[in-house]
Amino acid sequence: MIHLVRQPIDVSALIGAVSAAGRGAIATFIGLVRDHHGGRGVVELEYSAYEPMANAAIGAILEEAAGRWPVSVGLRHRLGRLAIGDVAVAIAVGAGHRAEAFEACRFVIEAVKERVPIWKRERYADGTEAWVDPSASGGVRPVATPAGGAG
Amino acid sequence: MPSVQVLLFARYAELLGTPRIELSFEDGATVGHLIADLRALPGGNSLPERPFVAVNLEQAGYERPLQGNDEVAVLPPMAGG
Repeated sequence: MIHLVRQPIDVSALIGAVSAAGRGAIATFIGLVRDHHGGRGVVELEYSAYEPMANAAIGAILEEAAGRWPVSVGLRHRLGRLAIGDVAVAIAVGAGHRAEAFEACRFVIEAVKERVPIWKRERYADGTEAWVDPSASGGVRPVATPAGGAG
Repeated sequence: MPSVQVLLFARYAELLGTPRIELSFEDGATVGHLIADLRALPGGNSLPERPFVAVNLEQAGYERPLQGNDEVAVLPPMAGG
C-alpha cells in the first residue's frame, strides 16, 4: 500500500475505504499546513521522506493499530510542496464504536510523528527557510547551504 | 574492501553536500565505525555524534556489523504529521 502521495488527499475516499456495515463510528484526524510556527509567518513548506522506509513504517503502525483495536485504518501523507491550508496528513479509522475509533486514531498520528522518516522544510514570510526539528530549541534548525545561501 | 551505500536526507544531505555516498569498510566494521567515518568527511562534523541510523529500512544500533551492499540511511529527527 502506498501511503505517501504527491497529489491532494481525497479525504472522502479515505473515509469511504474504512466504512462498512458493521462500522458504527469513524474517527478522522486531518493535519493542515499552518500559517505560523514559533512566532514566524509560514508561507509554504515542503515534505520529503525516505520513501521505502516511510511506507513500511506507516504500514507497520496501521497493522499495530488493527492488532490493538478492532478497527480498520486508512492514512495518506503528502510529499512535496504544500500551501497554507493544504491537507498534509489524513487518517480515517472505522470501528464498531467511538471509543476505539478515537483511541486508535490518536495512537496512529502520535506514532507517525515519532517513527516515520519524513522531514519538513518551512519557508517564512521574510524569505528564509528552516528544517523543522522537534529536538531543537525553537523547533527548527537552519538550512545548511554550503556558502552564501539565504539564511 | 566491501562498501555500503550511505543515504543522507534533508538537512544532513545539505551538510554533506550530497544525498548519497559510497563508503568502503574493513571486515568487522560496525554502524558506529561508519558514522565516525562519515563525520570525518567535509561538513560531517556538523552531524550529531549519534544520529538515527537505519540499515536496509530498519532502525539499527551502532554495534551492528556492516555487510557489503547494505543500504545505510542516516536520518534527521523525524518531522512528519
